[in-house]
Amino acid sequence: MDTTSSAPSFTPSVEVVAAGAAPAVHLSGLTKHFGSVRAVDGLDLVVQPGEVVAFLGPNGAGKTSTIDVLLGLSQPTGGTVSICGTTPRAAVANGWVSAVMQTGGLLKDLTVGETVELTASLFPRTQPVDVVLRRAGIADIADRRVAKCSGGQQQRLRFAMALLPDPRLLVLDEPTTGMDVEGRRAFWAAIRDDAGRGRTVLFATHYLEEADAYADRIVLVAGGRVVADGTAAEVKALSTGRTVRATWPGVRPEDLAAVPGVDDVQVTGDTVLVRASDSDAVARFLLTRSPARDVEITSRGLEDAFIALTTPTTTTATTTTTTTEDAR
Amino acid sequence: MTTTLQRPAGTEVPRAVLNPTYLRLDVRRVLRNRRTVVFTLVMPVAFYFAFGVSQETGADRAYAMLSFAVYGAMVAATSVGASVAVERAGGWSRQLRLTPLRPVTYVATKVVAAAVVAVVPVAVQLLLGAVTGARAPVRAWVVGGVLAWLGSLVFAAFGLAMGYLLPSENTMQVLGPVLALFAMLGGLFVPLDFFSPTLQTVASFTPAYGVGVLAHHVLTGSGAVLGAVVNVVAWTVVFVAASALLFRRDTQRV
Repeated sequence: MDTTSSAPSFTPSVEVVAAGAAPAVHLSGLTKHFGSVRAVDGLDLVVQPGEVVAFLGPNGAGKTSTIDVLLGLSQPTGGTVSICGTTPRAAVANGWVSAVMQTGGLLKDLTVGETVELTASLFPRTQPVDVVLRRAGIADIADRRVAKCSGGQQQRLRFAMALLPDPRLLVLDEPTTGMDVEGRRAFWAAIRDDAGRGRTVLFATHYLEEADAYADRIVLVAGGRVVADGTAAEVKALSTGRTVRATWPGVRPEDLAAVPGVDDVQVTGDTVLVRASDSDAVARFLLTRSPARDVEITSRGLEDAFIALTTPTTTTATTTTTTTEDAR
Repeated sequence: MTTTLQRPAGTEVPRAVLNPTYLRLDVRRVLRNRRTVVFTLVMPVAFYFAFGVSQETGADRAYAMLSFAVYGAMVAATSVGASVAVERAGGWSRQLRLTPLRPVTYVATKVVAAAVVAVVPVAVQLLLGAVTGARAPVRAWVVGGVLAWLGSLVFAAFGLAMGYLLPSENTMQVLGPVLALFAMLGGLFVPLDFFSPTLQTVASFTPAYGVGVLAHHVLTGSGAVLGAVVNVVAWTVVFVAASALLFRRDTQRV
């Protein structure tokens, strides 16, 4: 499903950008294998300057592997990677891309201020230390040892460090994992305030609500591929669709293609499973113009839709798996 | 897009091999770590009080003073080198890879930090010797102190290599006993004359032997200087090569 071209909410920010500017992120056919495991399996992604993109997917979807590649921390197995029109390593060296990692990356015996000062000394040119401390909301704890900071404070420290080179692209890998509600809110307030200045932001998350609240565009990944790509509103609309199930011996997916509002058709034996935004139209079609029987309409919860979209096998298989796991 | 962002005039940093800010903060960080301070300062001082002050002659006290100066310096240098293990375990090395920092700058800063920190136990030991009646010609103090300090840099490379080899937060707990063994075989705790001839031969191939002989040489006028120099150079080459090899393996694996 590619809804990128029709997505209105992020198109304006693309137009603001001067013509010919290189995409902030351009991944094409990206693969990353670890032995026989295909962590990333043919992933395509283009992020234009100024976009705030959520990289959404369950654990093990390939989010971190993709981020490692686009930051130059690991080499892709195949495909091409271009960050701000150059290689990841060159983009890092130029201070064009920086990242807030999930955990680690801090020295416990340093203070907050010293950590930022040290990081600043590694770049040829940076924003002043006090400016980034203030912008990350940690100016008041500059003298505190990192070991004594809460998870949320440490995360805002990582954010301050990432702001130092004034990067074009800011990458956040599951930035709020392990934070309490208050810390999460303060962290996102700082990010949102910063993104308002026109910075490109790509953040990985497995929280649907977080993607919904803070991104212009959601890229849903599963099994190392992009399975959905659209605005928050569009993905939300997808999530609130309904499923129509019916028994129809000899059914082919093409039989339902003409029905309005059909998003996806899956056939398993004599059973057809239709995901649709207009379930009434599908039911009417099935009952009046087809030999189908046993028609069931079920509404899909937010989480159901997320699981359905991000599971590489068929929807039927997903349901079975979920049921089995619940039964244990 | 960058034009919409404010880019205030920041600080320009020359791309020198050594990063003074990193050096200053790294040294401060080491001295802030209580465990490191205990191992590099408190323990050698305690050893000197236990085994050095009780010596009968001022010359013997000076001998013990230089021994424990070497010991303190080698522990200090190893600690700083081995701190890369903590930095790797804690993801700091990975964080550094998101900056333009060059590996050569990182390693050079570590080695210089080790040298700076190693000055402290040597200075403390010489001062302590002076106030507890160690007697030696001025030349023996100066040359002995400087060689104890410089020779300990072999152990900065040793610490680095071990830091890349052992993926642990507790590298120094492993290396502490190893260093004590090296110090023993290097004749720093007991003069080598007390060892059997066979053990003396074996000892002369261990990493602390060369530094120990060189630091004591001006005081005692004895010891095979050439052999000691060969020992120091050989171990430096071994540890630097091991560090380089393990460093390369580390950055490839990520």
